[in-house]
Amino acid sequence: MENRHHISRRAASGCGLCCTKIEHFGVTIGNTPILTDVNLHIHCGELTAIIGPNGAGKSTLIKAILGEISHTGTISYVQANGGPSHTPVMGYVPQSLKLDTTSPTSVLDLFLACRSHLPAWLIHSRKQVNSVRERLSRVKAEHLIDRRLGALSGGELQRVLLALALDPMPDLLLLDEPVSGIDQNGLELFYETVSELRRTYDLSIILVSHDLDMVKNYADRMVLLNKTVLSVGTPDEVLQSESFYKVFSLEWQKQWRSKGGEG
Amino acid sequence: MIDIWYKILEVLPFEWAQEGQMIFMKNALLAVILLTPLFALLGTMIVNNNMAFFSDALGHGAFTGVAIGGLMGFIQPVGSAVVFSLLFAFLIALIKHRSSYSSDTIIGVFSSTAVALGIFLSTIGGKSFAKLNSYLVGDILSITPGEIGFLFILLMVVLAFWLLFFNRLLFVSINPSLAGSRGISTFWYEVLFSCAVAVAVTVSMSWIGLLVINSFLVLPAASARNVSRNQRQYHFWAVIFSLFSGIVGLILSYYIETASGSTIILVSSGIFFITFALRRKFA
Repeated sequence: MENRHHISRRAASGCGLCCTKIEHFGVTIGNTPILTDVNLHIHCGELTAIIGPNGAGKSTLIKAILGEISHTGTISYVQANGGPSHTPVMGYVPQSLKLDTTSPTSVLDLFLACRSHLPAWLIHSRKQVNSVRERLSRVKAEHLIDRRLGALSGGELQRVLLALALDPMPDLLLLDEPVSGIDQNGLELFYETVSELRRTYDLSIILVSHDLDMVKNYADRMVLLNKTVLSVGTPDEVLQSESFYKVFSLEWQKQWRSKGGEG
Repeated sequence: MIDIWYKILEVLPFEWAQEGQMIFMKNALLAVILLTPLFALLGTMIVNNNMAFFSDALGHGAFTGVAIGGLMGFIQPVGSAVVFSLLFAFLIALIKHRSSYSSDTIIGVFSSTAVALGIFLSTIGGKSFAKLNSYLVGDILSITPGEIGFLFILLMVVLAFWLLFFNRLLFVSINPSLAGSRGISTFWYEVLFSCAVAVAVTVSMSWIGLLVINSFLVLPAASARNVSRNQRQYHFWAVIFSLFSGIVGLILSYYIETASGSTIILVSSGIFFITFALRRKFA
């Protein structure tokens, strides 16, 4: 039932014509190659999940795309109308935000600090406040506007950060899935919001995922990464591929054992 | 100009506030009213960024600057002190940025080096250290109307800086990598802020004193944090607390004949402990 729902969603979503092209990406830190020759085409209206074992270079890929670390290769955004390609406007939701939980910074302060030049400690223009509220309503978080950042739950913070990443609307949205600090409900709500946004705004989304069970229900495409791209396709294709089996059989055995140990 | 201030004070019921009385006290009061909000504003970000030790180190750098200035024969070595502490602030920020040492280690190294260098330079040739004592303790009662005018300009500059750059500084302080993903150069904003603090600390050192100057930065902001939920309240309370403790502390010091800087700080820390006890009500 859930699956069928998703297939119809997928068909309805996205023009699929605009595309972010990542070509021959490579990252070397010191003398250690972390990523070599990564090639990816991310279509808009699609949620592309990147999976891979620990140390596969998933987070490194995100950082390289963001330009935080130097890399070889190119990234370009091809417009749907055939206009000139350019570097995509990127939105980023970090895996976790190291926050000072006692800081007197409200959600509104965060948004104003980011988008306004009027000092947040003095002026809150009504226009700005309304527009922040509207941005927050995209992720069903408008009620959080006056809350302190440190007083938000993990899931709430993640949605606030998502709203921030959508302002201005990016060509490419990069999400680093939180590993801890968010309960199952929070995570589901987060994924549902992301799926909805992808449809509404025809977004290209790259999601680095650490939770295979969850992501396979929401991703349109999946990329198995381990130093380089091992497999690309629909979640089913990738999860049934031989590379997936090779990479994850060991991981899963470990998980199985630790779960068995606990239970 | 300053006469207008003296006239205004005459409405107060204090004997020192009457016409022709205790000019130094009136000057000091005006100086405190300008100085404390200036430090409170800068302090909000220092506390946000966990930079309390950093600003302390900047004071030490300024002290070395004064010693160098004295060595080069300036009577008012403030100019050379400003240059030196700017250099010092930049150097700390750079090394903090380039290395993976924790910042308190770096600050510890720089801070002790600066103080040692300052004492070393000022005692070369067996000279007495005593002439630098005033920079350690500070004396707000010695401030002149000309210096107050200078303080006023400094306050305006800091205010302009705070209006222009606060949002970026706040964003960097919330999370550097998030700010980085928006194309904000976190390093240069850190340098800019450090330099602003360095100038304020250096210029005010002879009135407030190296030993207590950091409290002027940290205490009002720390107290304001106890009762604030957003940046607006945070700034409001920091400025109110700093003004209150500045004015009350100075007047108290007159009547109980104590050093004004430390009296102000004791009032300020009193406010901190009261707000700390009340903080759950505001959380």
